[in-house]
Amino acid sequence: MDNPGTAAEGPVVALRGVRADLGPRPVLRGIDLTVRRGEVVALLGANGSGKSTTVRAVIGQVPVTAGEIELFGTPRRAFRDWARVGYVPQRTTAAGGVTATVTETVASGRLSRTRFGLFRKADHAAVRRALDLVGMADRAKDSVHALSGGQHQRVLIARALAAEPELLIMDEPMAGVDLASQRVLARTLEEQVAAGTTVLVVLHELGALEPLIDRAVVLRDGRVVHDGPPPKAVGQHAQPGHDHVHPHDDAAGAGPIRTGLGLLS
Amino acid sequence: MELLDYAFMQRALLAAVLVGVTAPAVGIHLVQRRQALMGDGIGHVAMTGVGLGFLLGASPVWMATLLSVVGAVLMELIRWYGRTRGDIALAMLFYGGMAGGVMFINLAPGGSNANLTSYLFGSLSTVAPSDVTAICLLAAFVVLVTLGLHRQLFAVGQDEEFARVTGLPVRALNLLTAVTAAVTVTVAMRVVGLLLVSALMVVPVAAAQQLGRSFAATLAISVAIGVGVTLGGTVTSYYQDVPPGATIVLLTIAAFIALTALAAPLARRRARALAAARPDGDPPECAIPATRAADGAAGA
Repeated sequence: MDNPGTAAEGPVVALRGVRADLGPRPVLRGIDLTVRRGEVVALLGANGSGKSTTVRAVIGQVPVTAGEIELFGTPRRAFRDWARVGYVPQRTTAAGGVTATVTETVASGRLSRTRFGLFRKADHAAVRRALDLVGMADRAKDSVHALSGGQHQRVLIARALAAEPELLIMDEPMAGVDLASQRVLARTLEEQVAAGTTVLVVLHELGALEPLIDRAVVLRDGRVVHDGPPPKAVGQHAQPGHDHVHPHDDAAGAGPIRTGLGLLS
Repeated sequence: MELLDYAFMQRALLAAVLVGVTAPAVGIHLVQRRQALMGDGIGHVAMTGVGLGFLLGASPVWMATLLSVVGAVLMELIRWYGRTRGDIALAMLFYGGMAGGVMFINLAPGGSNANLTSYLFGSLSTVAPSDVTAICLLAAFVVLVTLGLHRQLFAVGQDEEFARVTGLPVRALNLLTAVTAAVTVTVAMRVVGLLLVSALMVVPVAAAQQLGRSFAATLAISVAIGVGVTLGGTVTSYYQDVPPGATIVLLTIAAFIALTALAAPLARRRARALAAARPDGDPPECAIPATRAADGAAGA
């Protein structure tokens, strides 16, 4: 896999030959991945292909056994400027044994911009803005336990946006999200991307985000098997586990690639 | 209020208020992390400290503080490193701590398990003036940590992975939580007792959760319940000559049951008010036949 222009433009995220194990099992077997400023990159692949592990390695939540990871040109181990990164974990249920409001949850995302956790006017305003962006301002005082899956996901994205990050890393933000929330999320992301935010997003299928994706990186068995234009998977072929090869109309010269996602060209 | 004429009751009531504030203030973070029984474990380890205090002729409160802080840090380390055998290691720590306490107090000159009883279940008459100084200092530490770092502790408790990605020193904050819980155990030791302290960390929070929708409100309500039951329990214990620790814990559980019974009709009323304020809610994802839609809206 070629990653042209790696160093020249100063990539926001750069992985070179990254390997990681979960227990005795190798999960990442040499991942090369570059995300440049302003790009929207989708990480695709079947279950167990290593896409979630890849983003969790980027944010330092999975120990890496080999290779290099850089964030904003800084080796990840030395990277401290976490306010530039907004992370949306893969999550379907509300966390925590004590109830909390939507505002309290989103305010956690602002901590990286504060000193010693002291909130100023600007911080409260940023939290309100983040809630507005995902259309949850009217639920600000409600308990997160009372939200639907889609609304909860919107809250988690607002939490990531509260720090006004330059890079958004999202792990399956559309999983278990109703169509209405999917549309809100797609519109929110569109505004963020228009404002220059870089996005690295793990997806099971392109779905509502398809028009935003600049580039798709497809993983299989911990390796990159495709890095280029997003696949035009439609209907049934967009479903996971669809693993057969057949001719495709808009094949751009390259041969078809077998993936867990169906045909890629 | 003749009970205020007695110096020992003044000390006991002051200690009770401090316990009522600190135990739920720390407990809410333990409940949020789903480590509700951590206080119980620390209480067991603190027994070794009490025993050592008797044996060495040192203050049992300060020795218990030292030992429970060490125990809490060990528990946190076991949580990090001992994924698979963690529960076994914790069991050895808890029961080792309890056995150590019994052993040391019996080795102490003139010491017997009878000395231990007031520490295990709490006692009003034994809160010494020097204990009050220690309890005030320790309680001040707990209040400073839980108020000063409430946003950070909340973030770590709610989503540890996200907190790490915001750059928070999650390990340091978890250690600080453990140490603060340990300190709270020794604050509560004289009034409620080591074996009952965990109830005061957990039950007021559980009771407050029946009413509070926000973390802040839950904290405020649980502290109010905490102060109410510790003061009520201490006064009852004085007039009825019953053990304070047991009285306080039973009162707390009574508060929990009362609030739970109150919460269900309250939640129904709140839901009705919400439905009235927001009749449409989120737009439906597909067209629903008009008659069905009307039914659905009424039911939702």
